[in-house]
Amino acid sequence: MAGMALNDKIPNNVDLSTDKRLQRALEKWQPNYINWWKEMGPVGHQADSVYLRTALSVESGGWANFSHVKMPDYRWGIFLEPKTADKKIGFGDNMGKPVWDEVPGEFRNALRRLIVTQGDTEPASVEQQRALGDTAPSLYDMRNLFQVNVEEGRHLWAMVYLLHRYFGRDGREEAEDLLMRRSGDEDKPRILGAFNEPTDHWLSFFLFAMFTDRDGKYQLAALAESAFDPLARTCSFMLTEEAHHLFVGETGVGRIIERTCELMKKDPNDDARAQGGVDLPTLQKYINQWYSVCLDLFGGESSSNAADSFASGLKGRYKEKKYDDHQCMEGFKEIDFVEGGKIITKEIAMRSAMNEYLREDYITDCQRAVDRWNKIISKAGISFEIRLPSSRFNRNIGNFSDYHFDPSGKMLSDVEWEAQKASFVSSEEDEIYVLSIMKPCTEPGKIANWIAPPRRGINGQPFEYEYVKKA
Amino acid sequence: MDPIRFETHPDRYNHWKLEINDERARLVMQVDPEFPLKPGYELKLNSYDLGVDIELADAITRIRFEHPNVKVVTITSEVDRCFCSGANIYMLGLSSHTFKINFCKFTNETRLFIEEASKNSGIRFLAACNGATAGGGYELALACDDIVLVDDGNSTVSFPETPLLAVLPGTGGLTRLVDKRHVRRDRADVFCTLAEGIKGKRAVEWGLVDAIFTKSKFAEGIKGREDMLAEQVKDAVRGPSVALKPLDSTIENNTYTYKYVSVELDREARTGVITVRAPSEAPPTDAAAMVAEGSDLWSLRCFREFHDALLQLRLNEPEVGVLTVKTTGNADYVLAADKALLANQDNGFLREVKLLQARALRSYDLTARSFFAVADADSCFAGILLELALGADRFYMLEDDDEKVGVWTSDANADQYLTSNGLSRFRLHFYHTPEMIDAALARGTEGMIASVEADKFGIPTIVADEIDFEDELRIAIEERASLSPDALTGMEASLRFVGPETMETKIFARLSAWQNWIFTRPNSTGERGAITLYGQPERPNFDWKRT
Repeated sequence: MAGMALNDKIPNNVDLSTDKRLQRALEKWQPNYINWWKEMGPVGHQADSVYLRTALSVESGGWANFSHVKMPDYRWGIFLEPKTADKKIGFGDNMGKPVWDEVPGEFRNALRRLIVTQGDTEPASVEQQRALGDTAPSLYDMRNLFQVNVEEGRHLWAMVYLLHRYFGRDGREEAEDLLMRRSGDEDKPRILGAFNEPTDHWLSFFLFAMFTDRDGKYQLAALAESAFDPLARTCSFMLTEEAHHLFVGETGVGRIIERTCELMKKDPNDDARAQGGVDLPTLQKYINQWYSVCLDLFGGESSSNAADSFASGLKGRYKEKKYDDHQCMEGFKEIDFVEGGKIITKEIAMRSAMNEYLREDYITDCQRAVDRWNKIISKAGISFEIRLPSSRFNRNIGNFSDYHFDPSGKMLSDVEWEAQKASFVSSEEDEIYVLSIMKPCTEPGKIANWIAPPRRGINGQPFEYEYVKKA
Repeated sequence: MDPIRFETHPDRYNHWKLEINDERARLVMQVDPEFPLKPGYELKLNSYDLGVDIELADAITRIRFEHPNVKVVTITSEVDRCFCSGANIYMLGLSSHTFKINFCKFTNETRLFIEEASKNSGIRFLAACNGATAGGGYELALACDDIVLVDDGNSTVSFPETPLLAVLPGTGGLTRLVDKRHVRRDRADVFCTLAEGIKGKRAVEWGLVDAIFTKSKFAEGIKGREDMLAEQVKDAVRGPSVALKPLDSTIENNTYTYKYVSVELDREARTGVITVRAPSEAPPTDAAAMVAEGSDLWSLRCFREFHDALLQLRLNEPEVGVLTVKTTGNADYVLAADKALLANQDNGFLREVKLLQARALRSYDLTARSFFAVADADSCFAGILLELALGADRFYMLEDDDEKVGVWTSDANADQYLTSNGLSRFRLHFYHTPEMIDAALARGTEGMIASVEADKFGIPTIVADEIDFEDELRIAIEERASLSPDALTGMEASLRFVGPETMETKIFARLSAWQNWIFTRPNSTGERGAITLYGQPERPNFDWKRT
């Protein structure tokens, strides 16, 4: 593929038409990517015309162009936030020095690792969700799923751009490996454990978009602070797209709750399940599960890696500017540990607690969404409160991973845990039930029984709009 | 802090699981983070400390003696996605220089024991790297005959020491890469500065590993490699099996007491006396009777004890710098034990006994203390015990009027017990006059060589008569104890290993010279050094001057 042709195919603001290195890399990678999409992208809907948003430039209005396209023809672009003149490093040991436009040799490996780990999650989620199209509760939801999918694909492009442009041969190899690994594959699994479990149904999809993508938001925001400017600018632009994913997640769960409340009122025993809906206690169990798994994605409470990344300027905190101290050399943070069967609080160096700062911001953000969900319930006159479990609950990484806790954070023995587990997280029966109500609904303007329609459609279109045209 | 003990048993392992299945053994690393040797750090991600390696060394020795059927030992881990992440960095950060060096020395010896078991006993070792294999973890793999790495798109072999910690792999890794595995040196250069390591096909291409298998084919792949290794040693015959019983030593304040070895310490003077005793009665001479004695056989027990005593001294008595080495008892019994052992080398157990003696003697050569062997009235520096005198830094002999003090050479001194550089101690002693060896060995067949005559044969360093002897020795020891321990360590190591280099001598020399130097430099262990600050929020500050 000649340079200009590639440039036409791939919307970009990175001078692709003149960048020989990037052209060479993408000429090989782009066809492999398309093959990957066809093999591992949404099953059974590749030929459908989907009402998708495509970013054609980073200017306001330029990044949200809507039209019906077949997903394999989607124009996955490469966009970075425009460069700010005289930008300085905002934290860590190199604070105040100019940001890096090229990768410093000293941090090459660490940066590559960060980018590969972030990049690996993007195709992973597409793979996890590939079967969901067939059980979509409405065309509106199906379209949102595919929008999320193609944008995760674009986020992969964004990371691959960085690998190709800044990491030479190693970067090209890593970019190839991103297409080789497969979610849940025994031999070539995705890097992070949470990305190897399939997303079997739409409740999980919404919770993924609500909780896992929100982890993504915080990771991207922390990388948007990076001293490596191309990474910072790439992540800043990705955040604009991520916002829609979070919207899909939060409103998706909100619409389930809304429908559940309606079904409860309809039922003589206030039983939403009897009416084919997702009852609130079951929803709570799924929330417990997804939320706790996502807390693990932030890493250990006390982490030397996190300290290193902060010190060297690779990864900052969420909205670094809101802090006064950007060095964090002196301060301490109180962190809970388990010692001798008791929770004790210890002070650890601030830099070692960077994961915890990011996790706390995430928790606050999640709570805001939960509060909005609870408003839907109380407005319906139903007394039930959805609660985020304690950050000790069901953890596999960090200070609490070797112990059991109930959702309120009370420590449990192994026996107590086993006895009560089924009331904390979803059971196999719950899974079977949720799967049983996932009836597809593909008639424009109609929706499945277990979820309420959205307040409004996409890009000013009504809910009944034919968001996906079957091939 | 309690002294460190080196005896253990599979029943008491905290960190390894030894599974024997006829001709195959699996040595599974599953380090228990809660059982560090000293408090203050957790052994996460299959990282190890001396306690972990003591168990490994024990397992390898027991496989040799107690499980003669075993032909292939597969070293692997049951920790998810992690084979072994090497020596625990927090442990190194908390340890004194002396401890670090002796820790490295012990782990080096254990790796060499693995290679020696492969070479001399026909036991093949397979490293089945089921996940991340970093630093000392990869060095353990390098000591094996064959390395298999899981091909999961993520797991690598790596030497992150230089980029992460500003030190070197301390267990012979660099030397084995280029000398043993013949990895091209420029590629080795790339590999050793790449903290995250190398995975998959490239690891095979560069010779860092022998094979890769995906996770689903891993077990089957391992089996194939095991079969291939077993084929190489199908004719090796070992055994019979002999259980290694506990040594039953009593280690008190200033005295170690074993059945055939004792150590008396004078901590104030920073000196000690090691005494090795001959068999107390005529030893058995036919193989069956020798096997019947099991681990109580003098040739075995005495050298297990001697080795254990050396390890205690190295790790628990860092300030005892000068050790006199004495022997006592009936020289004829020693010679008889040697003769019987050498005559029955077609017996697998007795072959192992001899190999163990050789290892104990090599550990003696490699112990960074001044050794003065002293022959006086009760001595029996005969045959294998004469090796203690030949391996010492100096050998003092008393010249007595009755000519009762002497040495006895035997076949045991003729190219039987080789040092790390592949030569006998006699060959090192007479490196430039090899004809003297034959003369001494020939004379030895006629019986004891008394002090004055031994001096003529060039065996002792100093011969003194009864009037001078005690004073001569006292002054020599006091003088020695007053010299800088660092300078002595370097001097002794330089002089002990006369002649050619082998991979083994290179490993130890580079450990002593380069690694130990780097370990004491501010860039690694200074206030702002990389090891000091590892896991801390600050980043190291280097002194950029090159030597």
